[in-house]
Amino acid sequence: MRTGSMSTVTKSEKVRTRFAVVRETRASTITLILAVSAIVILFALPAFASRVLLQELFYVFTMLSLAQLWNLLAGSAGLISVGQQAFVGVGAYALFAFTVIAGLDAVLSIVLSGALAGLVAIPAALIVFRLRGAYFAIGTWVVAEVCRLVLAQVKQLGGGTGTSLPPDIASSIVGLDSVRDFFAVRGPAARDMMVYWLALLLALGTFALVYRLLRSRHGLALSALGDSETAAESTGVDVFRTKFLIYVLTAVATGMVGALIFLQKARISPDAAFSLIDWTAYVIFIVVIGGIGSMEGPIIGVAIFYLLQYYLAALGSWYLMLLGALAIVLMLFAPSGIWGVISHSLDLSLFPVRRKLIAITGSVPDKDGKP
Amino acid sequence: MLGWIDTLLQGVLLGGLYSLYATGLSVIFGIMRLVNLAHGDLIVLGAFLILAATSAGVPLIVACAVVVPIMFALGYALQSLLLNRALGRNILPPLLITFGLSIIVQNGLLETFSADTRRLDVGPLQSASLPIGGGIAIGIMPLIGLVAAVAVILLLNALFYRTAVGRAFRATSDDVEIAQLMGINNRSIYALTMGISLAVCALAAFFLGTRANFDPSIGPARLLYAFEAVIIGGLGSLWGTLAGGIVVGLAQTIGAHIDPEWQLLSGHIAFLIVLVIRPRGLFPRAVD
Repeated sequence: MRTGSMSTVTKSEKVRTRFAVVRETRASTITLILAVSAIVILFALPAFASRVLLQELFYVFTMLSLAQLWNLLAGSAGLISVGQQAFVGVGAYALFAFTVIAGLDAVLSIVLSGALAGLVAIPAALIVFRLRGAYFAIGTWVVAEVCRLVLAQVKQLGGGTGTSLPPDIASSIVGLDSVRDFFAVRGPAARDMMVYWLALLLALGTFALVYRLLRSRHGLALSALGDSETAAESTGVDVFRTKFLIYVLTAVATGMVGALIFLQKARISPDAAFSLIDWTAYVIFIVVIGGIGSMEGPIIGVAIFYLLQYYLAALGSWYLMLLGALAIVLMLFAPSGIWGVISHSLDLSLFPVRRKLIAITGSVPDKDGKP
Repeated sequence: MLGWIDTLLQGVLLGGLYSLYATGLSVIFGIMRLVNLAHGDLIVLGAFLILAATSAGVPLIVACAVVVPIMFALGYALQSLLLNRALGRNILPPLLITFGLSIIVQNGLLETFSADTRRLDVGPLQSASLPIGGGIAIGIMPLIGLVAAVAVILLLNALFYRTAVGRAFRATSDDVEIAQLMGINNRSIYALTMGISLAVCALAAFFLGTRANFDPSIGPARLLYAFEAVIIGGLGSLWGTLAGGIVVGLAQTIGAHIDPEWQLLSGHIAFLIVLVIRPRGLFPRAVD
């Protein structure tokens, strides 16, 4: 808590009003305690949960990670990308290349795939950052198309039709044998546990990364940028550097999530790895319905999205039309999403990133003791 | 050598079609600074509307003549009922509304017309061509497409630069607040703009459907070609958009001439190269 003071003159006496800059609220402290217990339970879950539940949660965690990352890009940095499937796909293909061609361990390959996605993001950023606002959005889409078309040419990775991951790769993850023996399960079940933990770790890592970033000076720079780019720049915020950093960092994490998703799927094709619907449209929907620009939004969004997907996905194209219509209605009537409405009406913040100035009024003695 | 001349000619003709895709996008870019992510899907919608009319027995030309005003009305309604409610400094709402619309149109077409590929039949004109010597021939339909692209730009420029309502369009594009002070209703200008954009889409749909097979999934790719043409040409100039369309068309046919698998990739690469060396496009007019 940072404090400061300022004199205000009232009718009869000189009152010193003390101010404090705070971020934590009572709700956020309670949330932290609840979140830690939830995380402990989630880590222990494979001991008693069914394989189906683990697989479903795997999907939820990976979508949550992608949503947090897109939220950081679009909600905080104002970089509205509809081309994040580029980095999911590059990460996924990199995983196949590192494991199948180079023969590396799958977990190590996930990390390397993220790094490779980051490397691809550097030239991509230098090009698409020349486009502003909405044009930037389509520019990122072109980049994703270029990645898709290039990787569809790589015959060693299955070309346009795709390829499968040999079964021994997913079953040779470090530590898989001990997990199998410890829980006394068969190989595939142990594999599901491993990828579940990896997805949980990635989701937590992504959350921590975004949360820390938004609470750091970069986060302050981002919120200044959101209010006015010109004003932010004049107070010393390096617009290009800040956005570039966020874009590349997001690409690294998105690439790692992509690699993990396709390690679990064990089958890749250009259309699946670079799917606009799966890795961008759904992700945008999650963020928008939950509430863009907040840490809480994507969590609510992924829960709603999962329920819709669970009950309605069988409707096929009608389901997609419903999602599209919901997104439109939301943009018209509640652009800040469900969490935006809740936090606005209850003044609630569970994962606070904003600093708040509160005044501690009252007659406080001066330093030199005068009333 | 002759093969190359033929390739270049085909590229220019293909560019005419891309320019038709792009002109509608260029107009809404220019006047509203809006990006319509459903643009490509709306072109495909136009093609299916024409197809539906012809399968009901309406002659193709009549069908096209009917669908153009229908699409104009659709654009007018889309802008005044949906997009005008989301105007403002934040570009996210209009962008995501059109993204949602893109998904709705695409899946609606899939549900109504199935995923089968279709084609508009123009009868003997389909394969008619104009021999220009040396064994090279220009297809009549692609040629009409290029002429139509030029005609649309001439018409729109006449509208924007020679009429009173055109002055209102340009004023709104230059400075919307001042235009409003001068008594211009920017919302109705925006609605007209979207109407014009979709009317051009309907025309583009006619040439898309007569040139190649189409199905509900091809919209997004048309959006990307159109977008690339607009950015290559430079924002705010319709002739630039025509040039941009031709650049994309040429890049694609040249790429395909070298290796058929490179067709789409080389179009995108040409766009990225222009973005690197001329970030404001070849013929920039407007700022932003």
